[in-house]
Amino acid sequence: MLHIVNKSPYQTRNLESCLRLAKAGSAILLIEDGVYAATRDNIAAAGVKAALGSVSVYALSPDVEARGVNNLLLDGVKLVDYGGFVDLVAEHANTQSWL
Amino acid sequence: MKFGIMISEGPYTHQATDTAYQFVKAALAKGHQIHRVFFYHDGVNNATRLTEPPQDDRNIVNRWSKLAEEHGIDLVVCVAAALRRGILEENLAKGFRISGLGQLVESGIQADRLVVFGD
Amino acid sequence: MTESTGGIEVEEETAGRVKKFMFVNRKAPYGTIYALEGLEVVLISAAFDQDVSLAFVDDGVYELVKGQATKGIDVKNFSPTYRALEGYDIEKLYVDAESLKARGLTEENLIVPVEVLSNEEMADLMAAQDVVISF
Repeated sequence: MLHIVNKSPYQTRNLESCLRLAKAGSAILLIEDGVYAATRDNIAAAGVKAALGSVSVYALSPDVEARGVNNLLLDGVKLVDYGGFVDLVAEHANTQSWL
Repeated sequence: MKFGIMISEGPYTHQATDTAYQFVKAALAKGHQIHRVFFYHDGVNNATRLTEPPQDDRNIVNRWSKLAEEHGIDLVVCVAAALRRGILEENLAKGFRISGLGQLVESGIQADRLVVFGD
Repeated sequence: MTESTGGIEVEEETAGRVKKFMFVNRKAPYGTIYALEGLEVVLISAAFDQDVSLAFVDDGVYELVKGQATKGIDVKNFSPTYRALEGYDIEKLYVDAESLKARGLTEENLIVPVEVLSNEEMADLMAAQDVVISF
């Protein structure tokens, strides 16, 4: 399953719920303001790092670049472009958008 | 692969429709099909032909119309959500059509994947 | 029926195709329209004879709280509709245990009978769906 999170971890607890209900082997894609959760020392960083052992975490590179946080990313978070986003959706049987 | 898309927010206030547009373009570029783009909640506001953004900004509505024209994409606006928000046949942009919520469920059935873009 | 289903002749277009649909409700009622318009999709989905589940997670559990009285805000109280879902053969209502607990609620506070699921159960159920539509 592909989980998509688009909110800053400072604005909502969506990512926390997502991390709680994401099964091992699933993927989380951070898009829009969700990419702030992929930066070092952010409020959700510990949760993201802990999750990296069992789920894959991706951040949408155009959103990362738009927000100027390219150089602040956590190790282990993989960048994808829109084509990579499409591939992730195709590779997983279903998607849940944590709106 | 066939993708169904649902968009839950209007243009400009939220990034949802921009992200959905880029996703659709990337999917088409990879040879996938778009079964339908379904506009729900405030997403119906993407279908008004009355928007006039500043010239140096993207025209979100026209961008969808153009994509529909070039790739034959079915852009469907939920009738109940549209009527609530003043989106009618008379102010509908090119390439959009107004129909029922069943179109969303049907897209879920017919498409291989359904992706929701909202806020 | 054809108007509500978007002119789709349900029997012809989707005959024999049964997918697992989950509607994930994560928003409180009234403050935004998502819960109400989400419920409208759920009602329409009943016409398509699919395997429909509803999940209530995070503030979505507030949609099911008993005793909603909306006269003062002049907005329609749509909470009784959850009780009517059974008549549409929509009987799979799942509530996230942790979301309930975090809000000081129990099943006793809810307007309909539901199945309360642990993290693991909810995660498994969500992952097993063909289509997940979130509001």
